[in-house]
Amino acid sequence: MAESIQVFRSIAIAGNPNTGKSTIFNLLTGMRQKVGNYPGVTVEKKTGRFYGSHGEVMELLDLPGSYSLQVRSPDEAVSRDVLLGRVPGTPRPDAIIAVLDASNLDRHLYLVAQFLELEIPLIVALNMVDVAEERGLSIDLLALRDRLGVPVIPMVASRGQGIIELKQALSRATLHNSDRKAQLPIVLEREVAALSRILKCHSGSVRPEAMLLLSLEDDRLAAEVRGDTALLAEIHAARERLKLSGLDPIAAPVDARYAWVSEVCASVIHRRGEDSHGLTFSDHVDQILTHKLWGWLAFVAMMALMFVCIFVVAQAPMDWIRAGIQALAKWAGAHLPEGDLRSLIVDGVIGGVGNVVVFLPQILILFFFLGLLEDSGYMARAAFIMDRLMSRVGLHGKSFVPLLSSFACAIPGIMATRTIENRNDRFVTILVAPLMSCSARLPVYAIMIALLMPASNVWSKAGVMLCMYLLGILAAFVMAGLLKKTLLRSETPMLLLELPPYRAPVVRGIVQRMWERAVIFLRRAGTVILALSVILWALLNYPKPSTPDPTPSETLAHSLGGRMGHAIEPVIAPLGYDWKIGIGLVASFAAREVFVSTMGQIYNIEDADEENEDLRTQMRDERRADGTPVFTPLVCLSIMVFYVLAMQCISTVAIVRRETNSWRWPLFQIAYMTVLAWIGAFVVYQGGRMFGFQ
Amino acid sequence: MGADAEKAEPLSGLQPGQRGRILAIDVGGANKGRIMEMGFTVGTVIEVVRFAPLGDPMEFKVRGAHVSLRKADAAGVRVQRI
Repeated sequence: MAESIQVFRSIAIAGNPNTGKSTIFNLLTGMRQKVGNYPGVTVEKKTGRFYGSHGEVMELLDLPGSYSLQVRSPDEAVSRDVLLGRVPGTPRPDAIIAVLDASNLDRHLYLVAQFLELEIPLIVALNMVDVAEERGLSIDLLALRDRLGVPVIPMVASRGQGIIELKQALSRATLHNSDRKAQLPIVLEREVAALSRILKCHSGSVRPEAMLLLSLEDDRLAAEVRGDTALLAEIHAARERLKLSGLDPIAAPVDARYAWVSEVCASVIHRRGEDSHGLTFSDHVDQILTHKLWGWLAFVAMMALMFVCIFVVAQAPMDWIRAGIQALAKWAGAHLPEGDLRSLIVDGVIGGVGNVVVFLPQILILFFFLGLLEDSGYMARAAFIMDRLMSRVGLHGKSFVPLLSSFACAIPGIMATRTIENRNDRFVTILVAPLMSCSARLPVYAIMIALLMPASNVWSKAGVMLCMYLLGILAAFVMAGLLKKTLLRSETPMLLLELPPYRAPVVRGIVQRMWERAVIFLRRAGTVILALSVILWALLNYPKPSTPDPTPSETLAHSLGGRMGHAIEPVIAPLGYDWKIGIGLVASFAAREVFVSTMGQIYNIEDADEENEDLRTQMRDERRADGTPVFTPLVCLSIMVFYVLAMQCISTVAIVRRETNSWRWPLFQIAYMTVLAWIGAFVVYQGGRMFGFQ
Repeated sequence: MGADAEKAEPLSGLQPGQRGRILAIDVGGANKGRIMEMGFTVGTVIEVVRFAPLGDPMEFKVRGAHVSLRKADAAGVRVQRI
C-alpha cells in the first residue's frame, strides 16, 4: 500500500455499537486494513482502502462505536475530534457513513441528528433491514431519504447485501451537505451562532463545535477549552442566559433531537400488525439467560467451557510451539560454535521469546471466545448479571470480563479494558488484572505443590491450587476497593448498558480481530520482550567466573543476577528463601514460569520442567548450611503466595505501558504487587512458624 | 408541573411489565446527558423488563432498545405510571 497513491475521498464510518459497522468496514476494505494509534491516546485507529465504482482510491476510517458525539470516553473524544478535523495527521473526512440498525430507528437516528449538525456529507447505511422486516416494520426509504436529505442504502451486511449500492453512493462525483436537521429552540440557536463567532476558526467547522461546547458537562468543559478563560467565561454567560429563559443547556439539544427523531420515525415507519408488544427472539433467550436460576447456570457453564477450551484445546498447539522452539534451539545450538554467542541466541533470544510466544494459542482461543460473546450480545448480559458484585468494590459490570480473561493471561485481559469508559475505573481494572492467576503461574504452582505434598491425591492438590486462585481473586478485589478509595478515586460509575438483541456472530470478523491481536502480541514479543530477554540473559551470564569450564550453576552464581540473588537474601530471608531461590526470583522477573527452568539451571539439571523427577528430588534434598531442608512445606507455600501476588511478567508491563500511555502506572504496579507479594509471603512463613509449622 | 409532580414516582419503583411516562430526569451532573441520549427524555414511555438475578441493576425497554440502569440511578428518573 504505497502512500503516494492519490486518495480520491476519505470517508469515516460511524454508528452505535452493535450495528454491524465492523462488518461493513470489512466488506468494503477486505484485507487492506491498517491498525495504528491516534497520537497521544491509546484509542485504536483502524483504516482501510477500497476502490470506488470507477477505480478511485477511497480511504475508510473506522470510528469507535458510540451513542453520541458528546464526549464521555477517550473513544468518543477521538470520534468527535476526527469529525471536527482536530486530530493531527487525520484529515477531516469528506463524508460519513452512518450505520443504523433499521429495526431500531427510534434510537439510532439520534446520532444521525448529531451528524447532520456537523455539515459533512452523510450517507446512511440502513443495516439489518431483514430484521426490521421480520418485526413487522416497513420503512419508507424514499420518505426517509427526503426527511434526512441524504442517500439511504438498505443493507443486510451479514449477507453482503447492499454493499455495491453503498460503494456506488460513495463514488458519486460530488456529495452534498444535507440542509435538513433537528430544529433547536430559537434561544439556543442564537447562542450557538454567537459562540460560533467568538470561536477562533479551527481547521474544522465552527458551528458544531460551538454546539458541543455549549452542552458539555462542566467537568469536561474545563479540559476542552484548554485554559482559555475568556472563552470559558463566554460559555458560562451563554449558559446562564439559557437557564434564565428556562432552557437546560444539556437537556435542550437532546430533547430537540429526539423530538425530530420521533417526527421522522412517525412519517417513515409503518408497523404491520399488532406485534409491536410481542416478544422477540432475544426476549425469549433473555428469559433464560438472565433468569434468577438458569441465568447463573448458563453463565457458569459458558465460563467453564471457555476455560476448558483455553486449557485443554490450547494444550496441543502449545506443545507444538514448545517443541518447535526446542527444535530451533537445538538446531541453532548445533550450528553455532560453543561460546557466548551460542548461549545468547539459544538461551537468551530463543528461550526468552519462546517462553512468551508459547502462550499464543491460549491468547487466540481467549480472543475467539471473547469475540463470540461480544458479537452475540452475551457480553452485555454478563456485565448485567455481575454488576451487583462488581459495584461492591466500586467497579463497573464491564470490569468483569477483563478480569475473567486475565485468568488465562493478563495481556488480553488488559487489552479488553478498552470498553470501560471511565479512565479511573479502567486503570483500576488494569492495575488489579495481573492478580488473577494466569496460566504462566501454573508451572510454578505445579512444582511447588508436588514438593509440598508428594504423596497426596490429586484432589487435595487441586484444592491447594484452587486456594491460590481464590487468594488472587481476593487480593484483586481488596486492591480494587483500596485504589478506588485512594489513588484513582472516583464515584462508582453509573451503569448505562445497552443489552443489544442477540445475533449470530460473523466468524470472519472475529477471526480477523483475533489475528490483529495476535499481531500486536507477536510484535511485542519481537521487540520489547526480545530486548528484555537479552538483558536478562546478560545479567545471568556475566561476569564469567575465572575458573576454566565452569558448570552452569557456577556461572549463574558468579553472574550479576546471581549476585543480586545474594544481595537480596537479607530481604527474602524473612520469607524463608535462600539465595538460590533469590536467583529464581530475579530470573523470573520477566516471566514467572522461568522460575522452574532457573531452578533447573541452578541444580545443573538439563531440560528441567515441572514434571521433571530429577529436579523435584534435587529440590527436596536441598539442605541449608545447618542441614535442615530448604523447601519445607512452609517455604513452598510462601513461594506460591509470592507468585500469586507478584507482577513478574515483562509482557504485562509492556502492555500496561501501552494501554496507560505512561511508565508511571506499570512502575507503580510492579512496586505495589512486589510489596504485596512480600507481605503475603512474610505473613504465611512467619505466621506459620509462629503456629509451629515448618 | 404541579399536578404531574404529585403523580410522579421513581422509575426504580416500577415492577417488571409496568410502564411509565417520563416526567423529569433528576440525575446529577454528567450522568443526566448520558441517560437522556440513550432515549430517556421527558414524555417518553418506558417499560421495566426485569431485575438482574441479584436484584440490581434493572433492565428497561426505551425507544425500542433494551437499556440497563442501577436502581439508584433509575430512582432519579421520575415517571407517571400508565
